[in-house]
Amino acid sequence: MTFRKYLVLAGVTVFAAAGDSMLSQGMKQVGNISFQNIGSLLLAVTNPWVAIGIVLLLAFFASYMNALSWADLTYVLPASSLGYVLLALVARFALHEQVSPLRWAGIALISGGVGFVAGGPSVTHHPDVGSASSARDPGATSGNAGAGPQKQQQVRLATGGKP
Amino acid sequence: MRHLYTWCGILLVVSFSVVGDVTMSRAMKQVGDLHALRRRFGIGTVVCRIFSNSTFFVAVAAMALSFFSLLFSLSWGDVSLVGPAAASLTFIGNAFAAKLFLREKVDRRRWMAALLVAGGVALLAG
Repeated sequence: MTFRKYLVLAGVTVFAAAGDSMLSQGMKQVGNISFQNIGSLLLAVTNPWVAIGIVLLLAFFASYMNALSWADLTYVLPASSLGYVLLALVARFALHEQVSPLRWAGIALISGGVGFVAGGPSVTHHPDVGSASSARDPGATSGNAGAGPQKQQQVRLATGGKP
Repeated sequence: MRHLYTWCGILLVVSFSVVGDVTMSRAMKQVGDLHALRRRFGIGTVVCRIFSNSTFFVAVAAMALSFFSLLFSLSWGDVSLVGPAAASLTFIGNAFAAKLFLREKVDRRRWMAALLVAGGVALLAG
Protein backbone atom coordinates (compact mmCIF):
# COMPACT_ATOMS: atom_id res chain seq x y z
CA MET A 1 0.00 0.00 0.00
CA THR A 2 1.39 3.35 -1.07
CA PHE A 3 0.53 6.79 0.26
CA ARG A 4 -1.47 7.46 -2.93
CA LYS A 5 -3.66 4.41 -2.28
CA TYR A 6 -4.36 5.50 1.30
CA LEU A 7 -5.28 8.90 -0.16
CA VAL A 8 -7.78 7.26 -2.56
CA LEU A 9 -9.41 5.34 0.34
CA ALA A 10 -9.55 8.59 2.34
CA GLY A 11 -11.23 10.19 -0.69
CA VAL A 12 -13.88 7.44 -0.77
CA THR A 13 -14.55 8.01 2.94
CA VAL A 14 -14.56 11.81 3.01
CA PHE A 15 -16.35 12.48 -0.29
CA ALA A 16 -19.21 10.09 0.58
CA ALA A 17 -19.71 11.57 4.04
CA ALA A 18 -19.42 15.18 2.85
CA GLY A 19 -21.66 14.57 -0.20
CA ASP A 20 -24.41 12.97 1.90
CA SER A 21 -24.26 15.82 4.42
CA MET A 22 -24.50 18.49 1.69
CA LEU A 23 -27.41 16.70 0.00
CA SER A 24 -29.20 16.34 3.33
CA GLN A 25 -28.72 20.05 4.09
CA GLY A 26 -29.89 21.03 0.60
CA MET A 27 -32.98 18.82 0.58
CA LYS A 28 -34.05 20.24 3.96
CA GLN A 29 -34.05 23.69 2.33
CA VAL A 30 -35.85 22.45 -0.80
CA GLY A 31 -38.62 20.77 1.21
CA ASN A 32 -40.77 17.73 0.50
CA ILE A 33 -41.03 16.45 -3.07
CA SER A 34 -44.12 14.46 -4.07
CA PHE A 35 -44.90 12.41 -7.17
CA GLN A 36 -47.50 15.05 -8.15
CA ASN A 37 -44.80 17.69 -8.11
CA ILE A 38 -41.91 15.72 -9.60
CA GLY A 39 -40.66 18.78 -11.57
CA SER A 40 -39.43 20.32 -8.33
CA LEU A 41 -36.83 17.55 -8.23
CA LEU A 42 -35.09 19.25 -11.16
CA LEU A 43 -35.30 22.60 -9.41
CA ALA A 44 -33.63 21.03 -6.37
CA VAL A 45 -30.42 20.70 -8.42
CA THR A 46 -30.19 24.50 -8.57
CA ASN A 47 -29.87 24.63 -4.78
CA PRO A 48 -26.13 25.28 -4.06
CA TRP A 49 -25.96 22.65 -1.29
CA VAL A 50 -27.52 20.01 -3.56
CA ALA A 51 -25.22 20.99 -6.45
CA ILE A 52 -22.08 20.75 -4.26
CA GLY A 53 -23.40 17.47 -2.83
CA ILE A 54 -23.77 16.00 -6.33
CA VAL A 55 -20.23 17.10 -7.28
CA LEU A 56 -18.85 15.52 -4.08
CA LEU A 57 -20.76 12.27 -4.72
CA LEU A 58 -19.34 12.17 -8.25
CA ALA A 59 -15.87 12.56 -6.67
CA PHE A 60 -16.77 9.69 -4.30
CA PHE A 61 -17.79 7.51 -7.25
CA ALA A 62 -14.51 8.26 -9.09
CA SER A 63 -12.48 7.42 -5.94
CA TYR A 64 -14.53 4.25 -5.37
CA MET A 65 -13.92 3.06 -8.95
CA ASN A 66 -10.22 3.89 -8.60
CA ALA A 67 -9.97 1.91 -5.33
CA LEU A 68 -11.75 -1.11 -6.85
CA SER A 69 -9.29 -1.10 -9.76
CA TRP A 70 -6.43 -2.17 -7.46
CA ALA A 71 -8.06 -3.55 -4.29
CA ASP A 72 -10.55 -6.26 -3.34
CA LEU A 73 -14.19 -5.34 -2.70
CA THR A 74 -13.97 -6.96 0.75
CA TYR A 75 -11.04 -4.63 1.52
CA VAL A 76 -12.47 -1.38 0.11
CA LEU A 77 -15.91 -1.56 1.76
CA PRO A 78 -14.81 -2.00 5.40
CA ALA A 79 -11.80 0.31 4.94
CA SER A 80 -14.00 3.11 3.61
CA SER A 81 -16.69 2.66 6.28
CA LEU A 82 -14.87 5.15 8.50
CA GLY A 83 -17.21 7.68 6.85
CA TYR A 84 -19.94 6.60 9.30
CA VAL A 85 -17.57 7.38 12.17
CA LEU A 86 -16.63 10.70 10.56
CA LEU A 87 -20.30 11.70 10.30
CA ALA A 88 -20.95 10.82 13.95
CA LEU A 89 -17.88 12.82 15.08
CA VAL A 90 -18.95 15.82 12.98
CA ALA A 91 -22.44 15.56 14.49
CA ARG A 92 -21.00 15.50 18.02
CA PHE A 93 -18.21 18.07 17.85
CA ALA A 94 -19.21 20.44 15.01
CA LEU A 95 -23.00 20.33 15.20
CA HIS A 96 -23.04 19.70 19.00
CA GLU A 97 -25.62 16.90 18.65
CA GLN A 98 -26.02 14.30 21.38
CA VAL A 99 -24.40 10.95 20.51
CA SER A 100 -25.85 8.13 22.61
CA PRO A 101 -23.68 5.42 24.23
CA LEU A 102 -25.16 2.93 21.73
CA ARG A 103 -23.79 5.04 18.86
CA TRP A 104 -20.38 5.30 20.52
CA ALA A 105 -20.44 1.49 20.69
CA GLY A 106 -21.22 1.46 16.94
CA ILE A 107 -18.25 3.76 16.30
CA ALA A 108 -16.02 1.44 18.31
CA LEU A 109 -17.21 -1.62 16.33
CA ILE A 110 -16.64 0.07 12.94
CA SER A 111 -13.18 1.28 14.00
CA GLY A 112 -12.37 -2.27 15.11
CA GLY A 113 -13.53 -3.63 11.75
CA VAL A 114 -11.40 -1.13 9.86
CA GLY A 115 -8.43 -2.03 12.05
CA PHE A 116 -8.92 -5.73 11.24
CA VAL A 117 -8.98 -5.26 7.47
CA ALA A 118 -6.30 -2.54 7.34
CA GLY A 119 -3.66 -4.91 8.69
CA GLY A 120 -4.15 -7.42 5.87
CA PRO A 121 -3.34 -7.43 2.15
CA SER A 122 -5.47 -5.18 -0.09
CA VAL A 123 -5.75 -7.59 -3.02
CA THR A 124 -6.08 -11.35 -3.46
CA HIS A 125 -3.09 -12.88 -5.24
CA HIS A 126 -4.03 -16.05 -7.09
CA PRO A 127 -0.96 -18.31 -7.09
CA ASP A 128 -1.84 -19.82 -10.49
CA VAL A 129 -1.60 -16.50 -12.33
CA GLY A 130 0.22 -14.12 -10.05
CA SER A 131 -2.32 -11.34 -9.59
CA ALA A 132 -6.02 -10.94 -8.91
CA SER A 133 -6.75 -8.87 -11.98
CA SER A 134 -4.86 -11.09 -14.36
CA ALA A 135 -6.80 -14.09 -13.00
CA ARG A 136 -9.80 -12.76 -14.88
CA ASP A 137 -7.66 -11.60 -17.78
CA PRO A 138 -6.69 -14.45 -20.07
CA GLY A 139 -4.73 -12.18 -22.41
CA ALA A 140 -2.43 -11.12 -19.63
CA THR A 141 -1.79 -14.61 -18.36
CA SER A 142 -1.03 -16.57 -21.51
CA GLY A 143 2.63 -17.41 -21.32
CA ASN A 144 3.20 -15.07 -18.41
CA ALA A 145 2.33 -17.25 -15.45
CA GLY A 146 5.92 -17.18 -14.25
CA ALA A 147 6.54 -13.52 -15.05
CA GLY A 148 7.00 -10.95 -12.31
CA PRO A 149 4.29 -8.50 -11.26
CA GLN A 150 5.90 -5.64 -13.23
CA LYS A 151 5.91 -7.65 -16.47
CA GLN A 152 2.29 -8.70 -15.89
CA GLN A 153 1.33 -5.09 -15.25
CA GLN A 154 2.95 -4.07 -18.55
CA VAL A 155 1.07 -6.80 -20.40
CA ARG A 156 -2.20 -5.80 -18.74
CA LEU A 157 -1.65 -2.15 -19.68
CA ALA A 158 -0.80 -3.02 -23.27
CA THR A 159 -3.85 -5.22 -23.74
CA GLY A 160 -6.19 -2.94 -21.81
CA GLY A 161 -7.22 -5.87 -19.65
CA LYS A 162 -8.90 -7.55 -22.62
CA PRO A 163 -8.27 -11.05 -23.97
CA MET B 1 -48.58 -7.45 5.49
CA ARG B 2 -46.78 -4.11 5.59
CA HIS B 3 -43.99 -5.76 7.59
CA LEU B 4 -43.60 -8.35 4.82
CA TYR B 5 -43.42 -5.61 2.15
CA THR B 6 -40.75 -3.82 4.17
CA TRP B 7 -38.54 -6.90 4.45
CA CYS B 8 -39.08 -7.72 0.74
CA GLY B 9 -37.98 -4.15 0.00
CA ILE B 10 -34.88 -4.53 2.19
CA LEU B 11 -34.07 -7.79 0.42
CA LEU B 12 -34.36 -6.03 -2.95
CA VAL B 13 -32.12 -3.15 -1.82
CA VAL B 14 -29.47 -5.58 -0.54
CA SER B 15 -29.63 -7.77 -3.67
CA PHE B 16 -29.27 -4.88 -6.13
CA SER B 17 -26.60 -3.26 -3.99
CA VAL B 18 -24.52 -6.46 -3.83
CA VAL B 19 -24.90 -7.02 -7.59
CA GLY B 20 -23.87 -3.40 -8.20
CA ASP B 21 -20.77 -3.58 -5.98
CA VAL B 22 -19.62 -6.97 -7.27
CA THR B 23 -20.07 -6.09 -10.95
CA MET B 24 -18.39 -2.70 -10.43
CA SER B 25 -15.43 -4.45 -8.79
CA ARG B 26 -15.25 -6.91 -11.70
CA ALA B 27 -15.50 -4.09 -14.27
CA MET B 28 -12.69 -2.12 -12.65
CA LYS B 29 -10.45 -5.20 -12.44
CA GLN B 30 -11.08 -5.78 -16.17
CA VAL B 31 -10.19 -2.15 -16.95
CA GLY B 32 -7.00 -2.28 -14.84
CA ASP B 33 -5.29 0.05 -12.35
CA LEU B 34 -6.75 3.47 -13.25
CA HIS B 35 -3.74 5.40 -11.93
CA ALA B 36 -1.23 3.38 -13.97
CA LEU B 37 -3.42 3.59 -17.08
CA ARG B 38 -3.82 7.36 -16.75
CA ARG B 39 -0.06 7.89 -16.36
CA ARG B 40 0.68 5.77 -19.40
CA PHE B 41 -2.13 6.61 -21.83
CA GLY B 42 -3.86 9.72 -20.46
CA ILE B 43 -7.28 10.36 -18.93
CA GLY B 44 -9.10 10.10 -22.30
CA THR B 45 -8.06 6.47 -22.72
CA VAL B 46 -9.13 5.64 -19.16
CA VAL B 47 -12.58 7.15 -19.75
CA CYS B 48 -12.90 5.31 -23.11
CA ARG B 49 -11.97 1.98 -21.51
CA ILE B 50 -14.43 2.42 -18.67
CA PHE B 51 -17.29 3.38 -20.99
CA SER B 52 -16.52 0.57 -23.43
CA ASN B 53 -16.86 -2.00 -20.62
CA SER B 54 -20.37 -3.49 -20.60
CA THR B 55 -20.02 -4.79 -17.01
CA PHE B 56 -19.66 -1.17 -15.88
CA PHE B 57 -23.14 -0.35 -17.21
CA VAL B 58 -24.63 -3.43 -15.52
CA ALA B 59 -23.11 -2.16 -12.25
CA VAL B 60 -24.49 1.36 -12.70
CA ALA B 61 -27.95 -0.04 -13.55
CA ALA B 62 -27.92 -2.29 -10.47
CA MET B 63 -26.84 0.62 -8.25
CA ALA B 64 -29.64 2.78 -9.66
CA LEU B 65 -32.17 -0.03 -9.01
CA SER B 66 -30.82 -0.35 -5.47
CA PHE B 67 -31.38 3.38 -4.93
CA PHE B 68 -34.97 3.25 -6.20
CA SER B 69 -35.66 0.09 -4.14
CA LEU B 70 -34.45 2.00 -1.10
CA LEU B 71 -36.86 4.84 -1.86
CA PHE B 72 -39.78 2.39 -2.14
CA SER B 73 -38.72 0.50 1.00
CA LEU B 74 -38.64 3.77 2.92
CA SER B 75 -42.21 4.44 1.85
CA TRP B 76 -43.25 1.06 3.33
CA GLY B 77 -41.13 0.89 6.46
CA ASP B 78 -39.44 3.07 9.07
CA VAL B 79 -36.08 4.57 8.18
CA SER B 80 -34.72 3.32 11.53
CA LEU B 81 -35.31 -0.26 10.35
CA VAL B 82 -34.71 -0.02 6.59
CA GLY B 83 -31.47 2.03 6.76
CA PRO B 84 -29.43 -0.05 9.23
CA ALA B 85 -30.83 -3.40 8.04
CA ALA B 86 -30.04 -2.69 4.38
CA ALA B 87 -26.55 -1.30 5.11
CA SER B 88 -25.57 -4.12 7.49
CA LEU B 89 -26.89 -6.95 5.29
CA THR B 90 -25.13 -5.41 2.27
CA PHE B 91 -21.76 -5.73 4.05
CA ILE B 92 -22.39 -9.40 4.82
CA GLY B 93 -23.83 -10.09 1.33
CA ASN B 94 -20.83 -8.48 -0.32
CA ALA B 95 -18.44 -10.69 1.63
CA PHE B 96 -20.28 -13.83 0.44
CA ALA B 97 -20.61 -12.59 -3.16
CA ALA B 98 -16.97 -11.49 -3.39
CA LYS B 99 -15.84 -14.95 -2.24
CA LEU B 100 -18.20 -16.74 -4.64
CA PHE B 101 -18.08 -14.61 -7.78
CA LEU B 102 -14.83 -12.61 -7.55
CA ARG B 103 -12.76 -15.43 -6.02
CA GLU B 104 -11.50 -13.05 -3.35
CA LYS B 105 -9.72 -14.58 -0.41
CA VAL B 106 -12.12 -13.69 2.40
CA ASP B 107 -10.11 -14.90 5.39
CA ARG B 108 -11.05 -14.75 9.07
CA ARG B 109 -9.72 -11.20 9.30
CA ARG B 110 -12.05 -9.95 6.53
CA TRP B 111 -15.06 -11.85 7.90
CA MET B 112 -14.46 -10.21 11.29
CA ALA B 113 -14.16 -6.81 9.61
CA ALA B 114 -17.43 -7.29 7.67
CA LEU B 115 -19.30 -8.47 10.79
CA LEU B 116 -17.93 -5.70 13.03
CA VAL B 117 -18.72 -2.98 10.48
CA ALA B 118 -22.20 -4.42 9.86
CA GLY B 119 -22.88 -4.47 13.63
CA GLY B 120 -21.43 -0.99 14.04
CA VAL B 121 -23.60 0.44 11.25
CA ALA B 122 -26.70 -1.15 12.79
CA LEU B 123 -25.88 0.44 16.17
CA LEU B 124 -25.05 3.84 14.65
CA ALA B 125 -28.21 4.09 12.60
CA GLY B 126 -30.45 2.39 15.15
